[in-house]
Amino acid sequence: MTTSDAATAVMPARHYLNEQRGIRSWLLTTDHKRIGLLYLFSITAFFFLGGFFALLIRLQLLSPEGALMTSDVYNRMFTMHGVIMVFFFLIPSIPATLGNFLIPIMIGAKDLAFPRINLLSWYIYVLAGLFALASLVLGGVDTGWTFYTPFSTSFSNTPVVTAGLGVFIAGFSSILTGLNFIVTIHRMRAPGMTWFRLPLFVWAHYATSLIMVLGTPVVAITVLLLAFERVLRVGIFDPSIGGDPVLFQHLFWFYSHPAVYIMVLPGMGVMSELVASGARKNVFGYSFVAFSSLAIAIIGFLVWGHHMFVAGQTVYAGLVFSILTYLVGVPSAVKTFNWTATLYKGSISYDTPTLYAFGFLGLFLVGGLTGLFLAAIGLDIHLTDTYFVVAHFHYIMVGGTLMAYLGGLHFWWPKITGRLYPEGWAKLSALVVFIGFNLTFFPQFIVGYLGMPRRYAMYPPEFQLFNVMSTAGASILGFGYLLPMIYLTWAWFYGKPAGNNPWGSKGLEWETTSPPPTFNFDRTPVVTEATHAYGHPEEVKVA
Amino acid sequence: MPEAALTHADLHAHASPRQQHHFDTMAQQKEAATLGMWVFLVTEIMFFGGMFAAYMIYRMWYFPGFAAASEELDITLGGINTVVLIGSSLTVALAVHAAQEGKKNQTVALLIATGLLGLTFLVIKYFEYKVKIVGHHLPDGTTITLFPAAGFFDVSQSEHLAPIASQVRIFMVLYFALTGMHALHMIIGIGILGVILWMAIKGAFTKEWHVPVELFGLYWHFVDIVWIFLFPLLYLVHRHG
Amino acid sequence: MANPETAEHAAEVDHILPRSLYFGIFGLLMVFTVITVAAAYVDLGNLNIGVAIAIALVKATLVILFFMHVKYSSKLTWVVVGAGVFWLLILLSMLMLDYASRGWMMAPPIVRGA
Repeated sequence: MTTSDAATAVMPARHYLNEQRGIRSWLLTTDHKRIGLLYLFSITAFFFLGGFFALLIRLQLLSPEGALMTSDVYNRMFTMHGVIMVFFFLIPSIPATLGNFLIPIMIGAKDLAFPRINLLSWYIYVLAGLFALASLVLGGVDTGWTFYTPFSTSFSNTPVVTAGLGVFIAGFSSILTGLNFIVTIHRMRAPGMTWFRLPLFVWAHYATSLIMVLGTPVVAITVLLLAFERVLRVGIFDPSIGGDPVLFQHLFWFYSHPAVYIMVLPGMGVMSELVASGARKNVFGYSFVAFSSLAIAIIGFLVWGHHMFVAGQTVYAGLVFSILTYLVGVPSAVKTFNWTATLYKGSISYDTPTLYAFGFLGLFLVGGLTGLFLAAIGLDIHLTDTYFVVAHFHYIMVGGTLMAYLGGLHFWWPKITGRLYPEGWAKLSALVVFIGFNLTFFPQFIVGYLGMPRRYAMYPPEFQLFNVMSTAGASILGFGYLLPMIYLTWAWFYGKPAGNNPWGSKGLEWETTSPPPTFNFDRTPVVTEATHAYGHPEEVKVA
Repeated sequence: MPEAALTHADLHAHASPRQQHHFDTMAQQKEAATLGMWVFLVTEIMFFGGMFAAYMIYRMWYFPGFAAASEELDITLGGINTVVLIGSSLTVALAVHAAQEGKKNQTVALLIATGLLGLTFLVIKYFEYKVKIVGHHLPDGTTITLFPAAGFFDVSQSEHLAPIASQVRIFMVLYFALTGMHALHMIIGIGILGVILWMAIKGAFTKEWHVPVELFGLYWHFVDIVWIFLFPLLYLVHRHG
Repeated sequence: MANPETAEHAAEVDHILPRSLYFGIFGLLMVFTVITVAAAYVDLGNLNIGVAIAIALVKATLVILFFMHVKYSSKLTWVVVGAGVFWLLILLSMLMLDYASRGWMMAPPIVRGA
């Protein structure tokens, strides 16, 4: 595969963006690429809405007695931040945008198995978003994104049912996406595209789809039961009639723990692609990385009780969940080692996607390791519900997933738009994001360890320095996110044409035009070589 | 690298008008659709599974309440409904068989039979629910309703059930949640059946292509299987003296 | 170009079972329904629930294998069905990790002042 020559690259005359025009051709499209873009616009909007609440949280925490708002109002801030970021940004993010766009192309298919269901999943997502926005307009919910009972069912005076329905409906969007991906990957691969020639991006999304399909229905019924209980004023989570609030937590976390793997696995898939391309080397231990995605998906269903060590669950259950939680760290570690081994003695180019990959590598490592601290029951008793937990999951979700998302957006932007983004601005933004991120969240490990509780509108004065650092970091981070918004949009219209393969990467997506034609390929590809075959087999001796 | 040319003409030159553009063959399309339906049914297993999980826990904790409340359910109506629903699984399986043999009239007749049995189930369910809403008479003479002043299915007025009133309420919440969700799936199923029936009447199905009938059959059987578990778990908790 | 696995499935595509099989399975399902109701009227103590679930499992298996044609379906279908059942079992059994051990004591209670 040759790198397209920047000087001579031109936009193809007809491609998926211009073959049909007008708003109807977008709102009624069944083209997976356009649907990926529809999702891109909507989740970006939700990202900035969720970010707005983050800003309010950080402003509040500038001073120990609370700078802006009462506890009642603050409760709504962190709840809406969590609900929006988890259900309306992180869970759909990579799968619905990059996954939708790339999976058919990467396997050599013309579209997903069910294009109309794909469009339906976007409309369902938008409907769910409207419910979430409605709950916002009605004053916002104050239960935490975890909706714990009996506060959410019997005591909260906020629009819990509206928000809950938003989550319920969003779940269907997720289920349909996962279903579509599973059937597509099983049944639509091009000739010669065997399972073990699939890009690791596809393996990661397959594993993610398993989780979406097996886990989401449980949170769906749980949220529905919560809504019924609120409306009918009687239900199975109400302690006054013998209901068990801990049962709600079990059913909630049965999904919500695997959900964090829905959030991170696609990022890991992106990582494999960025690392292979950035190092000009096929991924070390391809099959191990492929199987580790499946292992994370499966073992991830067995660990939910680690969110409930102090909730009223028995110590015996806690014991089993703790051991299994250590186990689930292993496949993630396998991936991390393998990416590192891929980089080792690779021919590394320091383009923006590679920089984001480096960021992911370091930050996911910190996030993952701190997860192991929390898996130890004894430590967790001290750290649970403190900012240590908050820092842990933000290192993974923001330092991991969001970095991968940005890296992937940059890597495939030339393919999606047909144009190159300005590399200088992109590198600067990556640096700003990295610095801002660490300044925001590292101090949170410290204050958390020192005992600062999460979800509190105020805190003891001795924690103020770290909170101020964190807020300063958040401002820098926010700025770092605004920059790509601007230059990626600019590049869409004014960037230099990219040509088929601006990075010189391996993969079916780079063998078609940028942007691709509506049916992805002018000729059905026949695959004859291994994934990421950059010329030499992986003979790295890591001695 | 050998390539198969894919022209725009290719996209239209396929055997059946039913074949969608992004599939290469009808067989691929059918397998994708079937796999899709099975994956969907797995999501339904987990959806109902959450409620079964809650049932399992509370039956363990509150067996006396579950036993007493279960005895108040009408076992005759529940039993009839079980026979009706399994019968409708038979008729839909036979409808698929008829479609496989290209027998249009038989297919239509069996689909209609399935729909009628499904409606019968819902009508019986309606009467069961109505009793709970309008006024359910307990053996000890008290009458309880769904939305009395005191609250949802509050049996504290009944001497017999008052000591385990909370347990009974938990059972009834699960009863309505489980059977209500099941009934909702039946209603949606009958709606889809209407569409399939209309297609069958129009002669859309042939020996070669009758995929919607098969996929509908899978969905219908699943709804039957849920009831196969609901019936003993709700109606047969404690029927011996 | 069709997926290589497609050819092997062409045979499975329309496996037409004899109508008598469906009637037979229906008969079996009726028999088991009668048995499950009858068993409910017998006091088997803690076994009642086990018997009821076992019979329901048998009925469900008959519907799955024959009415839903899974007996004649591809390995992939078997894996999908199995995964669904297995995941439900994960939910139920790991819930029991907590609920079955509630009330187990870790250590004797601390007696103060003694």
